Amino acid sequence: MTKIRRLYAIPYMFWLVLFVIAPVLMIVYQSFFDMNGQFSLINYQSYFASGKYLTMTLNSVWYAFLITVITLLISYPTAYFLTKLKHKDLWLLLIILPTWVNLLLKAYAFIGIFGINGSINSFLTFTGIGPQQILFTDFSFLVVATYIELPFMIMPIYNALEEMNPSLISASRDLGANSFETFRRVVFPLSLNGVKSGVQAVFIPSLSLFMLTRLIGGNRVITLGTAIEQHFLVTQNWGMGSTIGVVLIIAMFVVMILTGEKKKGGKK
Amino acid sequence: MKKFPWSRLYLALVFVLLYAPIFYLIFYSFNDGGTMNSFTGFTWDNYTAVFEDSRLLIIVLNTFMLAFLSALAATAIGTFGAMAIYYTKQRSTRNTLLSLNNILLVSPDVIIGASFLIFFTMIGSLFRNFSLGFMSVLLSHIAFSIPIVVLMVLPKLHEMNDSMVDAARDLGANNFQVVKNIILPFLSPGIIAGYFMAFTYSLDDFAVTFFVTGNGFSTLSVEIYSRARQGISLEINALSTLVFLFSMILVVGYYFISKENVSRRVRKNRKKREVTDLQ
Repeated sequence: MTKIRRLYAIPYMFWLVLFVIAPVLMIVYQSFFDMNGQFSLINYQSYFASGKYLTMTLNSVWYAFLITVITLLISYPTAYFLTKLKHKDLWLLLIILPTWVNLLLKAYAFIGIFGINGSINSFLTFTGIGPQQILFTDFSFLVVATYIELPFMIMPIYNALEEMNPSLISASRDLGANSFETFRRVVFPLSLNGVKSGVQAVFIPSLSLFMLTRLIGGNRVITLGTAIEQHFLVTQNWGMGSTIGVVLIIAMFVVMILTGEKKKGGKK
Repeated sequence: MKKFPWSRLYLALVFVLLYAPIFYLIFYSFNDGGTMNSFTGFTWDNYTAVFEDSRLLIIVLNTFMLAFLSALAATAIGTFGAMAIYYTKQRSTRNTLLSLNNILLVSPDVIIGASFLIFFTMIGSLFRNFSLGFMSVLLSHIAFSIPIVVLMVLPKLHEMNDSMVDAARDLGANNFQVVKNIILPFLSPGIIAGYFMAFTYSLDDFAVTFFVTGNGFSTLSVEIYSRARQGISLEINALSTLVFLFSMILVVGYYFISKENVSRRVRKNRKKREVTDLQ
């Protein structure tokens, strides 16, 4: 069996080496080269020395943070109420369904909704406030990003709440806790793992949503993803793009460590 | 309860929020005004425009062919990859393999796209006849779909009773027969789920394709992006309605397949319980 196993695992191992390990190493390697292909540290130097890149990074992290907080605030009650419904599976399927619609189509819909003659503005005109510039502002970027990430936050929280043993709630009520206390001391701590994986699933992609900043944000919001796309595909400065990529990879690991499940430690 | 159902109201609001933009798109696909602002009259013109736009149709066809092929390859590689992980004896090696497997699932699209672009350009400088285009897009779609297939198949492997394999072996089956007649049939629900996921991953992807596609090849997402940057054309609305209907069909199909899996599992558990009750 061992021999044949090695044989059939070959494509998978090839994939692991060529498409997982090699690209990460290459992006790190590329970040040490300047525009002319010379080995240098100039990319890191310009990243840390010029305030431009640092403010951009902080900005991107701040927006990702805002998106995560807003989605969390909307998603937690949604997931909580969903677990109380009758045909839970069906409703959850309805939450997942929008994620199967292409992201760009959703962004495109918002171009129509937020446009200067769009439905939101006709509503504002109707109420007497008058048309406002909504598209191409930070606000529209936040709304659309939140809209897109919402199901990815609801699902893990819902799963965590579903996994919970319902008799724990009854026990807490029997021991004299009111419903708020039960929620604060039993339900919420137990659903924390779901919240963590939700944060992970929302925060990391939010750092890199370059198509939204282009289509909806009107280049007012520059995320790390936008900067990478700009350097790779527009200015062709791959070294700098890779440097920002390395920063993004580090940010990703930090988020994963912060939100990682500590199951192993707890059990032993 | 006599209280006003605030929770229901809240849920209804969230659902409206989730679906409003999608139905907004669909609604205006029937508009003959040419904008997404005011509905002036009902028309099928946008749909006929889609079916007359041969460039767009070729792109749609390309997108589906790409999804079909990449999902097929990813499922084959991923299934055997899951088996390789499952049959790895050493726990530490297995965990390393698993975390390497998950890297592509958590890394942002932009990183995957950029690193693949560097990778393919390097291959292009090594082999003269390799250039960015269908091949590079196909390879990257296969690459980022493999981990999800592995994650779909792996639980099925854990569910499998290993003594079945031993029994088959005792009855004289060789390695090939064990894989073909015992392991693969048992894994098939997981494999099908993995194929579905890989298919939708490929259909949905924009960022990675955008990075690694050359000038000649375009998928639906890339096309929508470039058209949306130019402004609104109701042809896209009509197209998105069609795509939405198609994904609805896929979801319903997937739902029934996974439901069947669950019911089968429930039945099995029930049987197990009956057995223990008898003892």
